[in-house]
Amino acid sequence: MDTQGLERRAREMRVDIVKMIAEAGSGHPGGSLSCIDILTALYFGGVMAYDPADPKRADRDRFVLAKGHAAPALYATLAHAGFFPREELMTLRKLGSRLQGHPDSNLCPGVEVSTGSLGQGLSIAAGMAAGLRLDGSASRVFALLGDGECQEGQVWEAAMFAAHQKLGHLVAIIDNNELQIDGCIHDVCDPGDLAARFAAFGWDVRLVDGHDLAALVAALQEAKADDGAAPKAIVARTVKGKGVPFMEDQAGWHGKAPNAEELAEALAALEAA
Amino acid sequence: MTMLATPEEKAVKRATRAAYGATLAELAAEGVPVVAVDADLTGSTTTAKFAAAAPGNAERLFNCGIAEQNMMDVAAGLSLTGKVAFTGSFAVFGTGRAYDQIRNTVCYADLDVKVCPTHAGISVGPDGGTHQMLEDVSLMRGLPNMRVLVPADYASARAALRLAAATPGPVYVRLGRASVPAVYGEGAALSLGGANVLREGGDVTLVANGVEVTEALKAADILAAEGIEAEVIDAYSVKPLDGETILTSLGKTGCAVVAEEHSIHGGLGSAVAELCAEQRPTPLRLVGMRDRFGKSGEFAELLAYFEMDAAAIADAARAVRAKRG
Repeated sequence: MDTQGLERRAREMRVDIVKMIAEAGSGHPGGSLSCIDILTALYFGGVMAYDPADPKRADRDRFVLAKGHAAPALYATLAHAGFFPREELMTLRKLGSRLQGHPDSNLCPGVEVSTGSLGQGLSIAAGMAAGLRLDGSASRVFALLGDGECQEGQVWEAAMFAAHQKLGHLVAIIDNNELQIDGCIHDVCDPGDLAARFAAFGWDVRLVDGHDLAALVAALQEAKADDGAAPKAIVARTVKGKGVPFMEDQAGWHGKAPNAEELAEALAALEAA
Repeated sequence: MTMLATPEEKAVKRATRAAYGATLAELAAEGVPVVAVDADLTGSTTTAKFAAAAPGNAERLFNCGIAEQNMMDVAAGLSLTGKVAFTGSFAVFGTGRAYDQIRNTVCYADLDVKVCPTHAGISVGPDGGTHQMLEDVSLMRGLPNMRVLVPADYASARAALRLAAATPGPVYVRLGRASVPAVYGEGAALSLGGANVLREGGDVTLVANGVEVTEALKAADILAAEGIEAEVIDAYSVKPLDGETILTSLGKTGCAVVAEEHSIHGGLGSAVAELCAEQRPTPLRLVGMRDRFGKSGEFAELLAYFEMDAAAIADAARAVRAKRG
């Protein structure tokens, strides 16, 4: 898919994200919109190997949504990739739905592991990378973390472990939108310069504009192709709520559904983009 | 009838934790895709013995350093690539420090992770209350998808670990530091949801697991000298619990003592009380820690101090018999 095609796909998925959260009446639009371009690059930019007809195919690459509250972004991506019908997106958070408030790997095809408790995803991804290496597999493991999530101590336990184990096939992407529920990450409890911190733990670090699809694809391809022993971190500078002007850079839109009027305004802005 | 230890076997004391590394090595040699994930305690948990047992084992032991939360989720990730992942550390850290990881990843996603920490209970001894985990069974029993096994001795610990490996999904196996006498002969087998009647009697039922099985057997001897015939049940499978064996015994005796090296809140005593409350209200007495922490001392001293020894079980048995209808 060319860059224009990727941008079109990302816009369609933003529409799906705001619609499904509005229909559910709850959910996390801000962090879903900030990371959807990253997911677009991974799944539609030719970065990840996957097969919706055979979600457990042995030679697939793995994706772990460490920031599990961005489930709407993952669901939109998996639906567009063909893991389940797009109509199902409107069942988000409803009783009996496969699309739980946070991803459930026993229900939803394409979800590698259930997530929702922040700080755990990078450890799980590191375990996957270690297991794949034991098998002699060339598959890569991608984990998407929030920057607020990096306040969890376990993230740094995992960072230490992955570097020590030389898990070069592990790629962590940090959705660096600089906001968390209570405000700016640097004001709430400053996790510092995340690129410098991952580098200090022995990771290869790349910085990228998290809304520049061509740059994202290039950075992810480069990280995937790099056979060096160090695990890779990509710090993607993003805007929370990206694409919906009244949500952009607003911590208040972390975990709130738009009402009918706000939905119409959001859709109009996305149509005009 | 269960294969009990011979007098010669009983004379040999071994720790349940010693079965850990040895059994993992056996399983690996049999082709089971086991991996061990530990947290700077590979000597104490004996996973180092697994690593040293055969070429190729060392790369299947992952030492996370002192980072139990990461340990648990690395095991989760390994299980997602088809491995049977065993986690170690001490029970206080391997369940308590990693509880959210066990809950929200291992159990919620129903992963093939075996939580098998060592050094549970007061049998840790001199390290004291910070290291004497007495709430682990309660924590693990409350989790959907988790199975809980508390073996009494080396042979049954080996059987419990083999059963855990053969059971898909999360299993907790509680292991101890102290060397304890054999209850079972070599080659003992356990089953999920099983229990063993170790001694038959019609006057009172003694339900126990872990190190309290030996205490319950001693208590039965004390009671027999007084003309009270106790039935002793090893309820090694706390979840699922063998309700049938326990209720059948209660049908004969009409009263029971439940003894465990654990808090009386949430462990085997609670499991039996829940069973009785719903199926057959029966006078019970619980022997275990009564809402307090442990302290430094030798294991035998602590058993007496906290009233968890054979004498305490015998006292409880006399008291509960008086409550029978």
